[in-house]
Amino acid sequence: MSFPWAQHYKPSHPLMVYLDEKLPLPRFVYNAVGAGYPVPRNLNYAWNFGVLAGFCLLIQIVTGIVLAMHYASNAGIAFDSTEHIMRDVNYGWLLRYAHANGASAFFAVVYIHIFRGFFYGSYKPPREMIWLLGVVIFLLMMATAFMGYVLPWGQMSYWGAQVITGLFSAIPLIGGALHTWLLGGFAPGDAALNRFFSLHFLLPFVILGVVILHIWSLHIPGSSNPTGVEVKTESDTVPFHPYYTAKDGFGLGVFLILYCAVVFFAPNQFGHPDNYIPANPMQTPAHIVPEWYFWPFYAILRAFTQDFFIIPAKLMGVLAMFSAILVWFFLPWLDRSPVRSGHYRPLHRKFFWVLVIDVLALGYCGGAPAREPYVMISQVLAIYYFLHFLVILPIVSSLEKPEPLPFSITEAVLGKDDHAVLTA
Amino acid sequence: MIRIFSILVGLFFSAALLFSFGKGAYSYISEPPAATAVNVYHKEPKELALASDGPLGKFDMQQVQRGFQVYTEVCSNCHMLHQVAFRDLKAIGYNDDEVKAIAAKHKIPHYDPKTGEVKNDNGMPTDHFPPVVYGGQGTPPDLSLIAKAREGGPAYIYSVLTGYQDQPADLLAKFPDSKTPDGLHYNPYFANLNIAMPPPLTSDGQVSYKDGTKPTVDQMAQDVAAFLVWTAEPKLENRHQAGWAVLIFLIFATGLAYMAYQNVWAGKKH
Repeated sequence: MSFPWAQHYKPSHPLMVYLDEKLPLPRFVYNAVGAGYPVPRNLNYAWNFGVLAGFCLLIQIVTGIVLAMHYASNAGIAFDSTEHIMRDVNYGWLLRYAHANGASAFFAVVYIHIFRGFFYGSYKPPREMIWLLGVVIFLLMMATAFMGYVLPWGQMSYWGAQVITGLFSAIPLIGGALHTWLLGGFAPGDAALNRFFSLHFLLPFVILGVVILHIWSLHIPGSSNPTGVEVKTESDTVPFHPYYTAKDGFGLGVFLILYCAVVFFAPNQFGHPDNYIPANPMQTPAHIVPEWYFWPFYAILRAFTQDFFIIPAKLMGVLAMFSAILVWFFLPWLDRSPVRSGHYRPLHRKFFWVLVIDVLALGYCGGAPAREPYVMISQVLAIYYFLHFLVILPIVSSLEKPEPLPFSITEAVLGKDDHAVLTA
Repeated sequence: MIRIFSILVGLFFSAALLFSFGKGAYSYISEPPAATAVNVYHKEPKELALASDGPLGKFDMQQVQRGFQVYTEVCSNCHMLHQVAFRDLKAIGYNDDEVKAIAAKHKIPHYDPKTGEVKNDNGMPTDHFPPVVYGGQGTPPDLSLIAKAREGGPAYIYSVLTGYQDQPADLLAKFPDSKTPDGLHYNPYFANLNIAMPPPLTSDGQVSYKDGTKPTVDQMAQDVAAFLVWTAEPKLENRHQAGWAVLIFLIFATGLAYMAYQNVWAGKKH
């Protein structure tokens, strides 16, 4: 679907006319990301991050496929094969650093994309399906990143795998058996490493598939915009190409400068030194921490230190950690405010910024050693996290008085014209 | 309906967290965590400036070679360099003959396809540094990646090598249980203060440098740290050079992209 004023694809070259008849791929591209897709004219830079996330996925797939040509998923030689890539493969160091930091870049971009959604209410009808698919993508990304981090088979790889798969053993009755089944043994070993490699290769293509669904469902209502007011007339929109291809091109350039600065000049900044020590099942690292993008959820996991009635602390932690993400699935039905954008919601806007600070602080605590006062701080922060999504968001819409909305995107951009007459 | 359910779930998690927080806070106040010898006496690594630091860094090959000499004469008695092949040494300025001579000093098991025997032959440039057998206390770590495997990197290596000292008297007065056990050595830069490695660099002039540099303990420690940066990251110079080319191109291209963006949107309010 598109708006009735969308430009139509008119091939002029005979070859393109022929192709349009036999396989209308150029028409498809034209309507998806070309001049045939009208987009609100007022999108700000926060709307660049969807394209950037797609680009990160491409970086990861391309570098990952080449890395897989040189990597050996055998617990005996996995660590050395990673070093072989770093030392003996032509530009292997570039591939590996681009891939490892590509994961960080992907998560950074996706977090901004998700928080953009929180602020502007992008999850609200008619875009619930886009949001649900987005949360699915995020969950798949987490699984993929976790398994990828295990592959170099360093100390943090091994013990991270031990801790994260150990979470499943918290499930009552079947937990122990499930844990052994998932790992193919009682502890991470060759069986686990091989299946993680296999799945780490598969999942990015599953992500790619869900990304296609995500964009497909986006194209039905079209993009939202900072005012949250739906598109009404042609003057509210511009064609995606050249307007947003140009803007996204600039955004992509800025992103690549930051990303390459890290890859070439601080490639180990986001890694943990312990992962340059080969996996040693006999020696537990002093602090087991995951990669930075898991820290907020890791802090929530560790915040549950006491059994709660009959529920063991570990099971509470696991339930809470998964709930912290699963709650996003319910956002379209928890937030009932008719107003979409945070610009016009005075209370929601304030709570949003509290949430941003809360999650950043949770991240800090999740990366810190598991001792006081970090545990107490993360308990307080985790309370706010759950209250924000499950209590505050559902009731804030009945308490707040939204500010007046502009009549249309055009009015928001060009200002109100009291003499204007609305024509049919 | 869904909102009532959601509020109940939110309160459930909050109550569990509040309960954990209460118990944690109570024990924190009633029994505040006592200071330990480690969190009072452990020191962060000293400052160390190397030629390879920073985005323009290049190896000081003379220093790296001196560090290699210290490794060969001192460290290699206990520590391996498993990831490094003799052929790699060409990158720090040794020629083919020198690399062959260095390799030949090591005995490496080679399989003879004619007889089926495994013989300890002279090493070849294609071989990696061989395993080192160590029978003493502790496990000397492989040094190939040590500069990336420790917080602080080369500064940490330098600090540990020069950080040996007698255990401070006030430490023993405050923490009588923390006396350095027999066979271990007090070193405030090591994670738990007591390191199994005996002081490896004990006196000035322990190795004799050919380039005229004075081999003080401090100098030898700096040199070996510089060498271990190279073993951990042999492609560092390629990375820095490529990085500048990539960044300069990207800044130029992004400038063009910005102008294109302004051009396309000119006259379109948004």
